[in-house]
Amino acid sequence: MYVDPEIIRLLAFLIGVIAFAALNAAYLVWLERKEAAHIQRRIGPKEVGPFGLFQPLVDGIKLMTKQLIVPAGVDPVLFKIAPILVMVPAIMSFVTIPFSDTLVARNLDIGLLAIFAFASVNVLGLLLGAWGSRNKYAVISAARVVSQNVAYEIPMLVTVVTLVMISGTMNLSKIVGLQMGGFWHWNIFNFSASPLMPVAFLIFFVCMLAETNRAPFDMAEAESELVAGAFTEYSGMGFGVFFMGEYANIVIGASVATILFLGGWDCPFGLFPGVHWFLIKMYFLIFTVIWIRWTYPRTTFYGLLNLSWKILIPISFVNLILTSAMLKVF
Amino acid sequence: MSAFAESEAKETFVLNLGPQHPATHGVLRVKLTMDGEYIVEAEPVLGYIHRMHEKMGENRTWAQFLPNTGRMDYLHALAFNHGYVSVVERAAGIEVPERAEYLRVITSELNRVSSHLLWFGAFILDLGGFSPLLYAFDDREHILDLLESVTGSRLTYCYFRFGGVYNDIDGDFVVGARAFIKRLRGRMPMYHNLVTKNIILMKRLREVGPISAEMCRKYGATGPVCRGSGINFDVRKHEPYSIYPEMDFEVPVYEQCDSMARYMVRMDEIEQSLRIVEQALDKLPEGPVMADKVPKIIKPPKGDYYHAVETARGSFGVRVVSDGSNTPYRLKLRSPTYSNLSLYGEACQGMLLPDALALMGSLDLVIPEIDR
Repeated sequence: MYVDPEIIRLLAFLIGVIAFAALNAAYLVWLERKEAAHIQRRIGPKEVGPFGLFQPLVDGIKLMTKQLIVPAGVDPVLFKIAPILVMVPAIMSFVTIPFSDTLVARNLDIGLLAIFAFASVNVLGLLLGAWGSRNKYAVISAARVVSQNVAYEIPMLVTVVTLVMISGTMNLSKIVGLQMGGFWHWNIFNFSASPLMPVAFLIFFVCMLAETNRAPFDMAEAESELVAGAFTEYSGMGFGVFFMGEYANIVIGASVATILFLGGWDCPFGLFPGVHWFLIKMYFLIFTVIWIRWTYPRTTFYGLLNLSWKILIPISFVNLILTSAMLKVF
Repeated sequence: MSAFAESEAKETFVLNLGPQHPATHGVLRVKLTMDGEYIVEAEPVLGYIHRMHEKMGENRTWAQFLPNTGRMDYLHALAFNHGYVSVVERAAGIEVPERAEYLRVITSELNRVSSHLLWFGAFILDLGGFSPLLYAFDDREHILDLLESVTGSRLTYCYFRFGGVYNDIDGDFVVGARAFIKRLRGRMPMYHNLVTKNIILMKRLREVGPISAEMCRKYGATGPVCRGSGINFDVRKHEPYSIYPEMDFEVPVYEQCDSMARYMVRMDEIEQSLRIVEQALDKLPEGPVMADKVPKIIKPPKGDYYHAVETARGSFGVRVVSDGSNTPYRLKLRSPTYSNLSLYGEACQGMLLPDALALMGSLDLVIPEIDR
């Protein structure tokens, strides 16, 4: 029987992507706990396996064996569908991400657009889950999530548009291809396109923190204010899937930042480019995300919106205009 | 922001904050009437852990009530010990040896530092910062070890006795206390760099949660809450007791009336308490730690007695009425956070929920002491 090798390739990628997302979600929890522990001068998980490496497995078993409580009065359909709506788009985003010049499931010409389209479904999932769980804390959290994401998508997309103007393509592999050959070719140091590129990277990074609801912008899950925010009524794997989706989104955010600004799989010194460089850069960004969370207190909600509307959006527009002017001149 | 809360088309809902909520640090329930995320009305509801300590006092001998005091304010138990033994000593006319007074001051000032450190950690936790809590606990642990070595317990101390203290300190304690003072002084700049100068923290505390001096007077707020509103009142200075008049220390007062002022008052008080401990260790006289002629069964003469002490949270007053028997006829406690909490409803009107929780954290509530 003849099977199209393309189908086998896609199946292998499907399994690979799901495994990558799930493994990352599990082991980023471990990384987060370990890193937090060392920041706080503790040891962190150490009992289960060497360095507590089997802790995520045990946590997973615990979450999966717990009863999935659907409280009285919630909207059962929305309540159950919401975690999936957070998790699935995150996994789908992985399809277009090029880990190296050959390691990409689908090299779409609109890859960048696809990722942002999928990423915005995440908000919908949180909103539905929070709204459906009929809890006042969750509803407050939902309102925060939506306005936060609306506010931060604008500077993020404006920055991305700047990048698209420089690269002239939305194909992620081609964007990386234009940055090959050492760190001075990366977009973050692309001063010939715009002197504000490092600032643009910072804007993108801050927006990524806000979009993934990470501290200091964790308005959705502000546990000292809103108990657990949108996840208040979720138990067992319902909560677990939300959690995994959150980490998968962080991986996506860090990957996109790596591709757009840090040259993807390119080696900083122009030697041996490959998937390892992509992973090093991506995990460094994730490490920074976790580092920030355990260092800074939470901002307030209006402080967060002020930051976006009064600082990030004007700067990103200045960068956009500057870039377009410089592209026209040079 | 208050203009928003007073807008005409009011569609409010009631949010029950507590009794099981991460920010209330205990079983305090606050009934919030909310307009969106703005608070229209806040009503603290108490009574979830009421244990009738005052009534208990009327049913047991004077000495038997002593352990109860440490179970009210479990964070500054020694000051509560101090307040109760002082009023009974005043009633029964018991003279306390000087060394015992020094030990009382040394231990209760160390206890004050531990209370402020725990508040510091918990307050930053309320604001969403996790790590300072564990740094503060690391330091607090040293105090608990020190106090354990002399009092025998780590949290609900019952160290003071009528006429003195139950145990003398040894050389190890003195060395340990001096080492701790040095250590904490070295750590305070780190706390200020990590937390106080953090821009997010500054934005969250500056000009947030104003409590005017007038409001403090109206509700009887004391301690760091009133000192953060520009009222220079500290029982240790203004109604001196024990050996505090002999000590050289300042009362930190800030005029800004906001959460940051209350934060700074407490951070400065840590340094002042360390100074007091240092001086007391230097001047520590030799002698007994218990008065000689303390009767086994105390029967203070008929009368009405009051004594106030300064705890980490404010003025703690004990009023006892004696009918000459071996049990108090009436025991009334004036606990500081009860008054401090009572201004909460007025203070947080029109505030956003996160700011109101920052304000609540800055009041440093200890629920078992409010609900005693």
